[in-house]
Amino acid sequence: MPVTVRLFRGGVHPKEGKELSCSEPIRTAPLLDKYTVILHQHIGAPPKLLVKNKDKVRKGQVIAEKAGFVSASVHSPTSGTVKLVNCHGPAGSHTPAVEITSDGKDEWDDYVKSDPDWEQLDSNECRKRVEQAGIVGMGGAAFPTSVKLSPPADKKIDNLILNGAECEPFLTADHRLMLEEGEKILTGASILGRILGVDKISIGIENNKQDAIDKLRETASKYSVEVIPLRVMYPQGAEKQLIFAITGREVPSGGLPMDAGCVVQNVGTAAAVADAVRERKPLIERVTTVTGKPVCNPGNWKFRIGTPLSKVLELAGGIKKQPAKMLLGGPMMGMAQYSLEVTIMKNASGVLLLDEDEIAQFGSQPCIRCGRCVEACPMSLMPGTLSQMIESEKFDLAEYTNVMDCIECGSCAYVCPALRPLVQHMKRGKAEVIANRK
Amino acid sequence: MAEGKKTDIKLPDPSKLIVSSSPHLHNGSSVRKIMWLVILALMPSCIMGVYYFGFAAFRVLAVCVISSLIFEYIFARMMGRNNDWKDGSAIITGLLMGMLLSAGMPWWVCVIGCFIAIVFGKQVYGGIGFNPFNPACVGRIALIIAFPKMMTTWVPTRFMDKSFFVFDKSLLSPEKIEQIKGMSHLPFFHSVIDGVTCATPLGVVQTPFKLGTATEQLVGTVTDWQHVWQYAIGNIGGCIGETSAIALIIGGIFLIAMKVIKWYIPVSYIGTVAVFSTIVHFSMSPPALPGMVYQVLTGGLLIGAFFMATDMVTTPMTCKGGIIFGVGCGIITCVIRNWGGYPEGVMFSIVLMNALTPLIDRVTANRPFGKKQTSKTEA
Ligand code: SF4
Ligand code: SF4
Repeated sequence: MPVTVRLFRGGVHPKEGKELSCSEPIRTAPLLDKYTVILHQHIGAPPKLLVKNKDKVRKGQVIAEKAGFVSASVHSPTSGTVKLVNCHGPAGSHTPAVEITSDGKDEWDDYVKSDPDWEQLDSNECRKRVEQAGIVGMGGAAFPTSVKLSPPADKKIDNLILNGAECEPFLTADHRLMLEEGEKILTGASILGRILGVDKISIGIENNKQDAIDKLRETASKYSVEVIPLRVMYPQGAEKQLIFAITGREVPSGGLPMDAGCVVQNVGTAAAVADAVRERKPLIERVTTVTGKPVCNPGNWKFRIGTPLSKVLELAGGIKKQPAKMLLGGPMMGMAQYSLEVTIMKNASGVLLLDEDEIAQFGSQPCIRCGRCVEACPMSLMPGTLSQMIESEKFDLAEYTNVMDCIECGSCAYVCPALRPLVQHMKRGKAEVIANRK
Repeated sequence: MAEGKKTDIKLPDPSKLIVSSSPHLHNGSSVRKIMWLVILALMPSCIMGVYYFGFAAFRVLAVCVISSLIFEYIFARMMGRNNDWKDGSAIITGLLMGMLLSAGMPWWVCVIGCFIAIVFGKQVYGGIGFNPFNPACVGRIALIIAFPKMMTTWVPTRFMDKSFFVFDKSLLSPEKIEQIKGMSHLPFFHSVIDGVTCATPLGVVQTPFKLGTATEQLVGTVTDWQHVWQYAIGNIGGCIGETSAIALIIGGIFLIAMKVIKWYIPVSYIGTVAVFSTIVHFSMSPPALPGMVYQVLTGGLLIGAFFMATDMVTTPMTCKGGIIFGVGCGIITCVIRNWGGYPEGVMFSIVLMNALTPLIDRVTANRPFGKKQTSKTEA
């Protein structure tokens, strides 16, 4: 069988580490006594709180409502009693959250029931259900899905791309989902296709997941979805790189995928869309990989949103030895955590523990101009040069040298022999440029 | 839930978790590893140099490496960068300095050269990463200007015999010649014999050419296969490290294979010299300059192309830039060799192109993904 293997420019190939968890079937986490649901889980405006202390809520009930166009609702993960709290957010600071103490009944709210006539729904109704379900991009960015599904009239969308690349090392949640719930993903894909009115739907999968590619190919044609194997290369799953690999189009600098006529959705998001439209189920659980060498039993779990990391790690059997880092997300773009109170959010693709000897230790040695970062940068930037500009606080020069095009993928820092904290510099540069623009 | 029975499960201690920006993985490369690979790649040539020139060559190399390290240590510390000297780059500069000198060089000239290379070539700019010019090139050029006579006087190798008479430039004192004539080769620990010098192949050919006294016969002699073989193994007069072409090529290929250097600078540099000299060779009748093989194998081209034009700090970062750099070096080298005041132009060409590097980097910057080609100038 001829395998089309497509690629983008640059990129790196870190050790995959996926063998730790890729053959572990998805397990459903048991009901906990308590969930702490962070309200602001997405990019955009924080939602409006609808409940107060001691309120009784049911599973799936809206506890905070979408406020504004770019925003998303949040639902209760189980039935129980509400307590308003502040909890540790993944970014380190405290953030408002709702603590639900479970009543043990786990009763669904009335509106959540499967809809046998879902296939008759028109695209507006489908979009509304996606919106009501509070779905956001589950690959990491947490951008509200309903917004991506409402492109302005002047943008012609002709390509829907499902992102099954899962290019981050160690993570296997999407892989398992594609193997076990391929049908749901494909249904979600065709619903998304219907909402957007596109007929070209493809799903890109890195070819280190051959079993998932084969599995989806069995039925993909029924849903008129094309399965496209992609070469293993980080960051193959970055939106702009994925679009380029699949369609050959470049998203213009500063633009969005829709400017290239494309909408990209993570495969997990597609599955959530299928649930939302067929069964009116809101997004209250997701598949997350719990892995890393220090973890006793690495695996893939379906956790409710609001599960604290302490419980997550307990379910995975605890740790063999003290890790040096605890990450939410993958090792290339994930965020380091220092509190076990942090909870699983809608975009938590993985909980990863890293050993002392695995982690990068960046310093601030001078750049030796070796050009490896230039070669690795998937956006064709000059990370070394940019980082020097940012170090010397020449932010307008950095803006002119395209710092804003950086996608913070980390490829440059991964290869830098001088161990320069390039991504940290890029983030600072971008923040300063944005601050200056205001 | 039954919390009690889970007490044996160990959880991470939050106070010991490190929080820092992504990415959290690194490919394990380091500046020090790169530098040591370069040092390793220079070893075949150093060993060949010591083999051909004897202990005198070892002495020059050792003086250069040690003095470079000492200067780097002192000056980097003075500038507050206490650990700079450990990265191995000073060893490379010292080795290259030594390799670019004659085995008969007095120790104090070596020390002066290394002082200039490390201090004026590198530390005054802020140390590694900030120097615009290749430090070893700077040191060597300073020595050529300061000690022109010494820097163009070469000692013969231990294995030269009369059949390579072409290399015996100035046989100043007949007794000394008698002294060495009896031996099949010089002992390893020979002292450099006063007054017995020998020319480099380039000197033998380029100087008569510039004086207009070159003959077709001379060109024919220096390019016969016997001589070419001597150039390849390094049994010729010249600097310690630039003589053995085979050793240099082995080192260069090793660095390319280890992904320390990119192929495009050496290939474009050597390729340009090859093409240029072929054209010059055939455009003259009778040919007064030897052709491609001779021009590539002799002189400092190989060491320059593999080890100095590929110095990361002072050369362009992109592939396009590297090729421009290599071609530029090649042209300047040939022009200086054929028509300039010195028989050799490698060092000058590299330093000149080093000066152009920032400009080359600017014009050859990659087009950012998603940007129109023209938007850079518009912006
Ligand atoms: S990889 Fe590091 S040392 Fe090399 S050019 Fe980039 S920033 Fe400089
Ligand atoms: S500069 Fe930005 S886009 Fe380029 S490799 Fe580094 S993090 Fe990725």
